[in-house]
Amino acid sequence: MQVSLKVNGAARSADVEPRVLLVDFLRTNLRLTGTHIGCDTSSCGACTVLVDGTPMKSCTLLAVQVSGRSITTVEGLAAGAAMSAMQTGFHEEHGLQCGFCTPGMMLVGTALLEHNPNPTEEQIRWAISGNICRCTGYMNIVKAIQHAAAINAAAAKAPQPEAVAAGGGK
Amino acid sequence: MATTHVHGGIGESIKRKEDSRFLHGKGNYIDDLTLPGMLHMSILRSPHAHARIKSVDTSAASGMPGVIAVVTGELMAQHKLAWMPTLSGDTQAVLATDKVRFQGQEVAAVVAETRYQAEDARDAIVVDYDVLPAITSPDGAKAAGASLIRDDKENQKDNHIYHWESGDQGTTQAAFAKADKVVRLHTFYPRCHPAPLETCGCVADVDGITGKATIHMTSQAPHAIRTVFALVTGLPEQNIRVISPDIGGGFGNKVPVYPGYVVATAASLLIGRPVKWVEDRTENLISTGYARDFHMTGDLALDKDGRITALRVHLDSDNGAFFADAQPSKFKAGLFHIVTGSYDIPTAHITADGYYTNKAPGGVAYRCSFRVTEASYLIERLITNAAIEIGMDQAEFRKKNFIRKDQFPYHSATGWVYDSGDYHKAMDVALDQLGYDELRRDVEKRRKQGEVTGIGIASFTEVVGAGHGADFDILGLRMFDSAELRVHPTGKALLRMGTKSQGQGHETTFAQIVAEELGIPAADVAVEEGDTDTAPYGLGTYASRSTPVAGAATAMVSRKLREKGRKIAAHLLEAAEEDLEWERGRFFVKGSPDRGKTIQEIAFAAYTNVPEGMEAGLEGVHYYDPPNMTYPFGTYAVVVDVDKGTGQVKVKRVVAVDDCGVRINPMIVEGQIHGGLTEGFGIAFMELITFDAEGNCIGSNFMDYLLPTAWESPKFELGETVTPSPHHPLGAKGVGESPTVGSPAAYVNAVIDALSPYGVTNIDMPVTPDKVWAALRAAGVNE
Repeated sequence: MQVSLKVNGAARSADVEPRVLLVDFLRTNLRLTGTHIGCDTSSCGACTVLVDGTPMKSCTLLAVQVSGRSITTVEGLAAGAAMSAMQTGFHEEHGLQCGFCTPGMMLVGTALLEHNPNPTEEQIRWAISGNICRCTGYMNIVKAIQHAAAINAAAAKAPQPEAVAAGGGK
Repeated sequence: MATTHVHGGIGESIKRKEDSRFLHGKGNYIDDLTLPGMLHMSILRSPHAHARIKSVDTSAASGMPGVIAVVTGELMAQHKLAWMPTLSGDTQAVLATDKVRFQGQEVAAVVAETRYQAEDARDAIVVDYDVLPAITSPDGAKAAGASLIRDDKENQKDNHIYHWESGDQGTTQAAFAKADKVVRLHTFYPRCHPAPLETCGCVADVDGITGKATIHMTSQAPHAIRTVFALVTGLPEQNIRVISPDIGGGFGNKVPVYPGYVVATAASLLIGRPVKWVEDRTENLISTGYARDFHMTGDLALDKDGRITALRVHLDSDNGAFFADAQPSKFKAGLFHIVTGSYDIPTAHITADGYYTNKAPGGVAYRCSFRVTEASYLIERLITNAAIEIGMDQAEFRKKNFIRKDQFPYHSATGWVYDSGDYHKAMDVALDQLGYDELRRDVEKRRKQGEVTGIGIASFTEVVGAGHGADFDILGLRMFDSAELRVHPTGKALLRMGTKSQGQGHETTFAQIVAEELGIPAADVAVEEGDTDTAPYGLGTYASRSTPVAGAATAMVSRKLREKGRKIAAHLLEAAEEDLEWERGRFFVKGSPDRGKTIQEIAFAAYTNVPEGMEAGLEGVHYYDPPNMTYPFGTYAVVVDVDKGTGQVKVKRVVAVDDCGVRINPMIVEGQIHGGLTEGFGIAFMELITFDAEGNCIGSNFMDYLLPTAWESPKFELGETVTPSPHHPLGAKGVGESPTVGSPAAYVNAVIDALSPYGVTNIDMPVTPDKVWAALRAAGVNE
């Protein structure tokens, strides 16, 4: 079956078996190996990607299900070598150890701040509760997302050529 | 410490050097590797826990699309590879030929062009089994008439594997005879699984022309694995190269050799193309190295003043179908005999028996130093129960019985020599941080109002950093470790070690040791591990041994180069060596601080202007065999509330005071402690691998094997004391495993303390709401 979608802003298409999972399509067909496989049962979140901005577990989606949609993977977070606020937050707050859960965590964090630029700790913990980390114990991941929120807030306050859209926090 | 421009020495929380590739999704994990012509392997596993194989029919599978080969036990046997040695000197089936002995055991494998095709064909293999009764516990294994699991072994007449003892039976018996009080605890430390987020796997690439076997493998111990592979396959060791890429967590699960590695390598050899095998989650949970599964009975003898006079322990170990524990050869129950813990116990006697059962093999230390977790759990639970039973405060009872600071080095009743410690201090810091006295009064007040609330304490002592090599070996390989340091002409450096990081931050921490000892900024030191063709030989990363052993080797090799640097500096400065003084990063002439040479200038001279007769270059290697283990310790305190209606336990506070000696990168150390406390929380309250009567594994996926998420996990309040190891060149001790070793008892002790007014003395882990609820109901609570 033909699948056509946008991945990290670039149009991609391929002829795939209908049964091919999105995570395998990303990793094997597109060689975007930053999206990981941890459990196969949508329990761990290592395979999380953004589908039109919403975190979804790509091990439980077929590639053909997201035809026409826009996918963001960890490879799409940075602008070239310049890290996004979320990536910087994870680095500064030691929010990663082995790094295997990190792409999923950062994508969930990114989506959270899109909707809620200044989340409470409880809101962050709830947002990432579909993602398992075996190394960090989560405290530094929470701090990393808070750090990213602070970077975004500082950037929003800085003089801008045009206004930044309001976040509409819950 | 000299303050210079040098950045990233010991004690600095510099950000991690390895982060960047992970943050960009450019980590290099095993499943990210694709080689030209690479095939994919899938393993067919036994659905039965115990069954005789009548036939294996691969005819349908062989003809399916994309299939290149179907590998059976029979084929492996033709190449004398149907069985392999384990890390405990037993044998393990690679692919079953006679019987299957646990659910999930490897029976056959399919190699195909894609993973999907390999899995399709795997499901088309037809195996005819004669199902046998399954044994799922040591009690079952020793029952009269129990079926013989290891009928493949000539002299094996029953399911008993080993009997092992430590301590002194006579003096212990005598002490118990005189005891004023004996406190007994029978507890089961259930089977759990390290469950790193990345499963195990490999890409085996055997070159048909040169015979060189390159095996990319998720291994915590690549060098030892290379040697084991040489012994198993008969391939010359120089033709085997094991490369451990980035590893997505290990926690002990990635120490052993698994059948999949052997089959993939054999398949690559036979087919002449690279073969990738990566487990799925269920394969990981049901077939690879589990942890614990110890049934323990401990007795504490007390005198009338509340002093402990003796400890007696018996344990039955459930080792699964093959004795494949990853541990030093000498010690059949690992380092369990550290069970006297932090206490000055005059005499102790420990007996242990291991049994075969129809469960997965491979007792690995899940973030622990070879069964220290079980030992620490037992003694800390016993101590709390004893305190409650004699009506003494838990903290006071501990302090009364602690090994005192002036008793170090301390010779324990089971033969350990504790290098250093100050247990009273760590306890005081923890109690102070917790506000213990006030909290205890609050608990009493709330209990009077009908609330169920408690405080748990655990004051653990860990034993980490194996060797010394004379006492600690794996299959005869002494447990030293190594570091090779090359300083380039421009003063930048490359450090290689025999260890292998799985997230511990070695690329940063070990660069900091060089920064401290040789003065080259940490940012200028590249750290490489995991490639056996380039890194010096070492025993790997597990049992919190990297900093105690490879960290020491890094300090020693840095000092070696510094001494060569002194000679070069003397030459450059036209001064006598003994007239030179070192400050971090620079030699200068005593009394003339302006006359000096930086390590970068010295490095350049090492390649351009060495003194007459000196070898060029600035590089070296050091193999470090530690004189003793290191003994990190600490006190953890946990506060819980229990919901009487549901049995739900809410962890309100966790205070963790760790003493791991000198901390090289405090940020990384604290990160390790956070992670270990969370895994300890999971073990105490959630994680369980269990089996039904037929030997079906319950806990075979992340919907059944529950891991803590951010939602359940408590927040941690950390504290520290610093008691440097007297024998480690940097005064450092291991730390990664302390929190997993120490915390389960603290969590459970808090629950037991909360339930103590109701006469509850034990609930085995995981302490789930149904067990707590049942205990309260049994005590007559009906709210």
